[in-house]
Amino acid sequence: MSTGPILSVQDLNVRITTRRGIVRAVDGVSLDVAAGEALGLVGESGSGKSMTLRAIIGVLPAEGRITGGQILLDGVDLVPLSQAELNRIRGPKISMIFQEPMSALNPVMRVGNQIAEGTRVHLGYSKSKAAERALELMRRVGIPDPERRFRAYPHEFSGGMRQRVMIAIALSCDPEIILCDEPTTALDVTIQDQILRLLSRLCRESGVSLIFVTHDLPVVAEICDRVAVMYGGQLVERGDVRDVLLDPRHPYTLGLVRSAPDVEHVRDSLVPIPGSPPSLVSPPSGCRFHPRCGFAQDDCTVQPTPLRDLPGGRSTACLHYERCAEALAADGIGHG
Amino acid sequence: MADADAAVGTGPLLSASDIAVHFPVGSQLAARARHHERMLRAVDGVDMELDRGDALALVGESGSGKSTLALALAGLRPVDRGQVSFDGRVLPKHRSRADLRRIQMVFQDPYSSLNPRLTVGSMLRELVRVHHVVPGGEADEYCARLLTLVGLGQDAMRAYPRQFSGGQRQRVAIARALALRPDVLVADEPVSALDVSVQATILNLLRDLRGELGLTLLLISHNLAVVRHLCDRVAVMYLGRIVETGSADQLFGNPQHPYTRGLLAAIPRLSDSAAGRAQGGPAVVGDPPSALRIPTGCRFRTRCPIAQARCETEDPALRTGPGEPGHQVACHFAFTGAPENGAAGANVPAELSAEMPAEVPVNPDGRA
Repeated sequence: MSTGPILSVQDLNVRITTRRGIVRAVDGVSLDVAAGEALGLVGESGSGKSMTLRAIIGVLPAEGRITGGQILLDGVDLVPLSQAELNRIRGPKISMIFQEPMSALNPVMRVGNQIAEGTRVHLGYSKSKAAERALELMRRVGIPDPERRFRAYPHEFSGGMRQRVMIAIALSCDPEIILCDEPTTALDVTIQDQILRLLSRLCRESGVSLIFVTHDLPVVAEICDRVAVMYGGQLVERGDVRDVLLDPRHPYTLGLVRSAPDVEHVRDSLVPIPGSPPSLVSPPSGCRFHPRCGFAQDDCTVQPTPLRDLPGGRSTACLHYERCAEALAADGIGHG
Repeated sequence: MADADAAVGTGPLLSASDIAVHFPVGSQLAARARHHERMLRAVDGVDMELDRGDALALVGESGSGKSTLALALAGLRPVDRGQVSFDGRVLPKHRSRADLRRIQMVFQDPYSSLNPRLTVGSMLRELVRVHHVVPGGEADEYCARLLTLVGLGQDAMRAYPRQFSGGQRQRVAIARALALRPDVLVADEPVSALDVSVQATILNLLRDLRGELGLTLLLISHNLAVVRHLCDRVAVMYLGRIVETGSADQLFGNPQHPYTRGLLAAIPRLSDSAAGRAQGGPAVVGDPPSALRIPTGCRFRTRCPIAQARCETEDPALRTGPGEPGHQVACHFAFTGAPENGAAGANVPAELSAEMPAEVPVNPDGRA
């Protein structure tokens, strides 16, 4: 195996055609994921994080298309591939877990067969061998009494168990990378804890890589090694999870950290991010966050602000990132 | 009017005793043939008190009955057992309009809880007119003041809900609840449907309103960070019962029920690390049992790391801890220094961690 990244997204652009115009949903996003690494992708609704995932696995909505960039999986560019070619890659190389397991699973097919289907199609397993593999996977993801549950339908499962079934399906063909789109948002905190532990353990045991999309910063802290923050279709900050979340270098990340209530630090009042997310049909000039940013200066409105590398293996798109550290020091939080 | 002659008591503003709400499930025809209805016991004997000016949070997993309890307290759902008292007076089964006015609700989803065909102004004016909150001539000015109070401009009067963002809609919903000058505001997951950065504005608003208007707040939430931010008292619900209640400091600082400990341990924290989560067992094992088949004895015992034989037969009652006034726990081993969750959970091999007892004896009649 090479030591380079498993997945490398270079300057990805996704445009969605709507009646209101062309939405620049993903605008020049570059990401690298190493083998066995869990990368978090955070941002608010409409920031383009889910679109990035869907572009990677080739399931964009009908109005959306990739207008530029490369998606290199093991050195092979996925962008020019046909659906038939992508079908051969989805499963054995790359798979996905969705937020709503109830709508992602087939309601009229027994869960055992759904887990076995992938190995039969992709790896040519016989019916009995595939069933054996499905039982093994059900055990691995912690579904109790797999022999009995094999013949059950999704509606007979609780939300947490359905998500375990989704994970078993995603794992069935031993992919190199699993894309997770808010897999725990619909779950209770106790069940979320179980699923996060499971994903974390799988990631460490089998060396599978994860891209974990969520809006919940503490969840990212729990499961990811590195994190990339998206705003208005662009990456605004990237780096090691603890660095970025505890000591942000972009005012948007800082805003996310300061606006969320925390069980550990009770503050008198939360600091909301003023304004609302930008229109991606006609985004603001310069830095897209500048209309909502307390640190904005004249130079922020002039030209685009791509990610720049900072010392310590992290990057930021902010021209005045030093202000974040000052604001944090004034708050008395950070570096927990 | 009824609220005029209600004596202002020194007791709790709102209190509930032995409240139960049951839902019949399955075919009613089959139930009649069997002479026995299957009952889902959503709320199963809850006692609680809410003092004037307090902010109490009800927390628990989905299906624990917290929303049903809130609806029952607000008089929006009949109770099957027990009674609700307001200001020392037992409220009748069918509440008068004046009684309903005293407790108002804000719902989770501001997209479905506002009438899409009424402007905000006409919605508020209608409320004010029907309940005679202010004389007819002052209605417009009153509504405008309400909107200012929740941080919306005067233009909001003529706008329809669809013209607002999620956070602004939730402000409208709060204005609607406040229009009747309630004593108690019940907020059922008021921020769960909103984006993170917007949640903060609504949480700050609720907190400010509490200070400005002296509102009594009942917050229902599964998010313990939100609870910690807004409330000074917390009640933890599990399968239709309150299993632990106390001040926020008691509950977060010295949780006694194994379920509360599990809930707290399950919260993701910014300072956690991925490596830490991969090791060790989950904070609470398994799924909550169905409210149709509530376990005998202590209802948490099927997932409890410290369950003993007596938990299967004896239903623990809420009892107050020594030296901790107001801190009540329904566990046989509370306040005794029993082994902590973490110690027991860490020994469970990860492979078995999700395993639950396959068959659990249940008491189908509901009463222990």
